[in-house]
Amino acid sequence: MILDRNASNASDGSLSRRSFLATTAAVGGGLILSLRLPFLDLQAEAADAGVLAPNAFIRIGGDGQVVLVMPYVEMGQGTYTSIPMLIAEELEVDLKQVRLEHAPPDEKLYANPMLGVQATGNSNAMRGAWKPLREAGATARTMLIAAAAARWSVDAKSCKSQAGEVVHASSGRRLKYGELAADAAKMPIPASVTLKAPEDFELIGTPAKRLDAPAKVNGTAIFGIDARPLGVKIATLAQSPVFGGRVKHVDDSAAKAVKGVRQIVVLDDAVAVVADHMGAAKKGLAALVIEWDDGPHAKLSTDDILSELEKATLNPGSVAQNIGDSDKAMAGAVTKLEATYQVPFLAHATMEPMNCTVHSRKDECEIWIGTQAIARIQSFAAKTAGLPPEKVIVHNHLIGGGFGRRLEEDVAVRAVQIARHVDGPVKVVWTREEDIQHDMYRPYWFDRISAGLDEKGNPVAWKNRYAGSSVTARWLPMYFKDGLDPDSTEGAIDLVYNMPNFHVEYVRVEPPGIPTAFWRSVGPSHNVFVTESFIDEMAAAAKQDPVAYRRALLDKSPRAKAVLDLAADKAGWGQALPKGSGRGVSLQFVFGSYMAQIAEVDVAKDGTVRVRRVVCAMDCGTVVNPNTVQAQIMSGIIYGATAALYGEITLKNGRVEQTNFDTYQVLRMNEAPTVEIYIVKSSEPPGGMGETGTSAVVPAIANAIFAATGKRLRKMPIDGSVLKQPA
Amino acid sequence: MAFAIKVNGNTHSVDVDGDTPLLWVLRDVLGMTGTKFGCGMALCGACTVHIDGTATRSCITTVDSIGNSEIATIEAIGATPAGAKIQKAWLDVDVVQCGYCQSGQIMSASALLAGNPHPTDADIDDAMSGNICRCGTYGRIRAAIKQAAQQGG
Repeated sequence: MILDRNASNASDGSLSRRSFLATTAAVGGGLILSLRLPFLDLQAEAADAGVLAPNAFIRIGGDGQVVLVMPYVEMGQGTYTSIPMLIAEELEVDLKQVRLEHAPPDEKLYANPMLGVQATGNSNAMRGAWKPLREAGATARTMLIAAAAARWSVDAKSCKSQAGEVVHASSGRRLKYGELAADAAKMPIPASVTLKAPEDFELIGTPAKRLDAPAKVNGTAIFGIDARPLGVKIATLAQSPVFGGRVKHVDDSAAKAVKGVRQIVVLDDAVAVVADHMGAAKKGLAALVIEWDDGPHAKLSTDDILSELEKATLNPGSVAQNIGDSDKAMAGAVTKLEATYQVPFLAHATMEPMNCTVHSRKDECEIWIGTQAIARIQSFAAKTAGLPPEKVIVHNHLIGGGFGRRLEEDVAVRAVQIARHVDGPVKVVWTREEDIQHDMYRPYWFDRISAGLDEKGNPVAWKNRYAGSSVTARWLPMYFKDGLDPDSTEGAIDLVYNMPNFHVEYVRVEPPGIPTAFWRSVGPSHNVFVTESFIDEMAAAAKQDPVAYRRALLDKSPRAKAVLDLAADKAGWGQALPKGSGRGVSLQFVFGSYMAQIAEVDVAKDGTVRVRRVVCAMDCGTVVNPNTVQAQIMSGIIYGATAALYGEITLKNGRVEQTNFDTYQVLRMNEAPTVEIYIVKSSEPPGGMGETGTSAVVPAIANAIFAATGKRLRKMPIDGSVLKQPA
Repeated sequence: MAFAIKVNGNTHSVDVDGDTPLLWVLRDVLGMTGTKFGCGMALCGACTVHIDGTATRSCITTVDSIGNSEIATIEAIGATPAGAKIQKAWLDVDVVQCGYCQSGQIMSASALLAGNPHPTDADIDDAMSGNICRCGTYGRIRAAIKQAAQQGG
């Protein structure tokens, strides 16, 4: 891979704006990932150079280079392969011919149509891109064909495009896109275009290799933490160990004596050590003596928050969904079940620790970061720096794990606060401890749920009231209405099952002293655990098989029934397992996709749980890239299994107790289950993929533990001590 | 004081405290960013390099402990037979997702294969369980190591 460091490292403004970092893959074809710097006027460039740029996503130059600007960010989910597939399918170019660029901050050009802001999250990149980006490709193709037809004085209908050329079939004449780009740029942009019929797809539905893979196997891929503008210093920081606390006093004499330490920056609620390298910065940080004023949350514990949530579910909340009359039906039920469920705060623990590089200059600010929401970064950084947004240049990067953490602005805000005290660019790198202890966490939720069954065990009433933080209300307030938001309720309402009387309420409770944020699968990571565990409880109360019980409630959901049947068949549902082992099922419709999972677990006598195998059946509509769909399901399952087995952030005296991968454990190679994935063929529009595996696996594991031990786990993570058998 | 270290066949002189972890010398002093920071405590394996062929966590390896040993990093591992096979298998199987941990995964896998051309599942667990992947690419990592091993040579 060739890396033009000089261009990217220029940090003095003018040069860097007119140049861009280009990285060329050495192995595996002609992909170029280039980090285009913003401020370059695309339309002006097009006019200048005879470049065809019919929309914000495609540029074709006279040299034939096809540049695709990626409106969604690559954080592992494969969007830098699947989005190019959509465009290339209609544009008729080989994936090897395209060069990719990160989109600059521009809400008008690059807003996610399903969110209304420029952000990658909620598993909706493909859902949002499916039509517009195929149309983007078809628009460019239509204009190239029109240019060729005009050149040859033939009817455009007699021309077709293939592999980067326009061909006139009857005469055999052909012109490359590069030869047509200047003419095509002068053609009117068509008001509407015809998209290919699915049976004509050549790329969509084929297992394309990832375009970003070569750079990621030879160490040349550039993540935010790898940005190195010329003269950059490295800083690390300590933020108030209690959220809301303040710095009272700092003794920095020993820190300043550390070789390589250049500067100590003291903010109201944080202290940073700026140094020549991270080793010196960390050593300097360790040498600081900081006295904190812990502030109002000095005594806060997780139990305090839990008791507030528990109390909140005793009073009415906002009605998320009501069908029939659950109170009346409950009164007449033959069997009644009641339970409470809870899920903990969770950290994201992305492999790439939080970091942000900032060069604060007199009248502008330049930022290097890997972010899921670049326009948000620009906006918050501008406010922090006291600049108009257009004076904040943001360079996006490959993301070393997002999971919702990198939708947040806190890291960039903090880095800008520090950089304003530093002469020259500074890269602020969170230690792992700082990353885990100053994350923004998946909310704690508490559910009070009940059901009534008739004499045959069929559900006649379902009532659920749950309490917890609404991340959406803070992050995207326009979606929080009447006490409800779509994330907090997804998976708790609109169940796939027939429920004649169904009532769900949500109570928004914002916990003190701990910030909350989106986390892979967010709302469904909680709701699907509760609903799919509780329906398992209902099946057990009805003395029915968990798969058969669910199946009988799926008359209105043929796609759900199909994935359930497929998973049960492939998993060998009903076949005997050794003592201490069990199978558990889950079924969900979230993020626009249907998924059934069957987990097999072994529970040892000491209570240790091993998830041995997970069988997953999926209907996510049209599959764009089966290779990355498979990878995302595996990924989501490991992420969810990690949460089920280990994930828990707790507070004591206002401080997060977990610090690093020893106290916030994650699943490792030797613990990873074998995962089998079966995808139902479908021509429906694509559903979401990135988060579905995570929400489905948690109840599948909990239900498998019930099958193995008879113990129902209503609180995550799994507590092995309650599964321990007497000696 | 200044230390002379040999990285990928080249000798560099670096003027840092002797207790500075090699990771930061590579990344921040020499500008070799392929080796990644994950935890700083040898818990995640993202920083794995080879020192005289042995997979080593550079985040806890101080620069004064290296002496004349040969350091190899992800930037040069493709020049070794095992490294080349592992990188090819990684592409064939399409292992990577976010990719941040993969430098360390590949360094651990290359050391495994160089010393053990036909690792069993248990060998793979032993060699690879120190490397965390939050994207959960473990299944494909296992498949890729097996594929690389089958190539022989």
